Amino acid sequence: MSLPTRDDIIDDMAFFDDWEQRYQYIIDLGKSISRIDENEKTDENVVKGCQSKVWLISNLDDGILYFKADSDAVIINGLLALVMVVFNNKTPKDILAVDIDEYFKQLDLERHITPSRGNGLKAIVAKIQAIANSYAN
Amino acid sequence: MSMSSLNIAQLRAQFPILQQQVNAKPLIYFDNAATTQKPYAVINAITDFYTQCNANVHRGAHHLSNESTTRFEHARDTVACFMHAANRKEIIWTSGTTEGINIVAHGIAKQLRPGDEVLVTQMEHHANLVTWQQACAQSGASLKIAPIDDDGTLNIDAFVALLSTNTKLVAFPHISNALGTINPIKTLTAQAKKVGALVLIDGAQGIAHAKVDVVDIGCDFYVFSAHKLFGPTGIGVLWGKESVLKNWPVWQTGGEMIANVTYETATWGELPNRLEAGTPNIAGAIGLAAAVEWFSQLDLHALQHHEHALLKHATEQAHNFDGLTIVGNAPEKVAVLSFVLQGCHSADIGFLLDQQGIAIRSGDHCAQPLMRRLTLPGTARASFSIYNTIEEVDAFFIALKKVHQMLI
Ligand SMILES: Cc1ncc(COP(=O)(O)O)c(C=O)c1O
Repeated sequence: MSLPTRDDIIDDMAFFDDWEQRYQYIIDLGKSISRIDENEKTDENVVKGCQSKVWLISNLDDGILYFKADSDAVIINGLLALVMVVFNNKTPKDILAVDIDEYFKQLDLERHITPSRGNGLKAIVAKIQAIANSYAN
Repeated sequence: MSMSSLNIAQLRAQFPILQQQVNAKPLIYFDNAATTQKPYAVINAITDFYTQCNANVHRGAHHLSNESTTRFEHARDTVACFMHAANRKEIIWTSGTTEGINIVAHGIAKQLRPGDEVLVTQMEHHANLVTWQQACAQSGASLKIAPIDDDGTLNIDAFVALLSTNTKLVAFPHISNALGTINPIKTLTAQAKKVGALVLIDGAQGIAHAKVDVVDIGCDFYVFSAHKLFGPTGIGVLWGKESVLKNWPVWQTGGEMIANVTYETATWGELPNRLEAGTPNIAGAIGLAAAVEWFSQLDLHALQHHEHALLKHATEQAHNFDGLTIVGNAPEKVAVLSFVLQGCHSADIGFLLDQQGIAIRSGDHCAQPLMRRLTLPGTARASFSIYNTIEEVDAFFIALKKVHQMLI
């Protein structure tokens, strides 16, 4: 798994001038996240509130939270990759300090993070934050 | 304006929302099975009501209340006439199809006994399935499911085989929202009547695409939502035969539906009021009547011909599209193109079409058991209406080609 950094992504996204390039980039990013094994795609790992199926698993090791996320829809996978870039491999405290709305604004993708959107990205972010919160104190 | 041959440009001009751009592209609205757009005739009727005569109905005898009551009850006449109801008392205002089915399911649950059966089909929308599951669970009756064939046609022989004197109620859709299948409602009703069952038809998708004559059909209940017939949301109709409705268990209780009330007891009013508790959706009923009047003056035959041409064109294009499989190939179907694209998730298809200004629906279409029956996680669905054009269908396939290239 070789995801670019947050700054790289913001730079790359600013460079595109049409929706096709932007979403092709997001789709391609989605291909680079580490997938979840079929046997771990259990009902408990499903994130509720998403139109397409999304699974999220986490694991705390030596104070660092590691996430894996997967979806059967490729655009959601790309959005998950964007989310992983800012949340994965961090301490719970650092995760809770991330201003995700600001990040999506910088990417000009705010529309994906509004509560009304059926794609459930908000639900995934909330789940990640809840997990971080459960370890933070 | 009577249209024996349809002028689509003129028709489109009556829908203000269709003039807009989405994501800097002209809107192509292909989500008509979810809800239809509203013509000025409907928008103006609602505005007129609020600007000229808003008052509660059937209450204070003052000028506004009289005017409001007149328009509200006129709306009932308009709908009764449209559905060919024998009697205006048979038109019960609801909040939509879902509430209409719930009123009937709630009533039948009180009458069902263990050993009794309710029969529905494999193609139900959740509204016409979960309601009966609940009625059966409460009463100890069992729910039977009539199967469909792989092309999305109801298997009539299997349907008939499931009928018996235990069958107390049969419910099926006039037209399937997910597949577009038009069911032979008269035949199904006649078969159900042979065993003495009550018949409810879910007309959510039927009302805007076919002539509905409830007497001719012979059913006991026909329910629909105004919003799928160019009318407002939040209003719908439960039509029921007077002989059945007049003793139907009351649904909600409260004001308007009573005759006499003491601190201890209450008696119920007459139809239609006994099934309409509380202040009704007055503006909604008036908006629905405006939609019915507007729709009725169009030439239904020409509309059906146009929709059929859209479906035929779309189906031909779909057959030539690599990797595309149409879901729902019943010989009798309305202008709904439900499909899967090999290797593509329907949510991705919907999203990338939206980027190009095209609105479709993706997912399970509120019919999870049907999707399981078809062994599909969901489909993408383009559903056409009278104001759509062949050019829009062509634009849709060009956009879909782009989506396919991006996703594969
Ligand atoms: C076949 C069918 N039945 C029932 C419904 C429920 O209608 P409503 O949500 O307006 O109550 C719909 C709406 O999608 C439908 O298509």
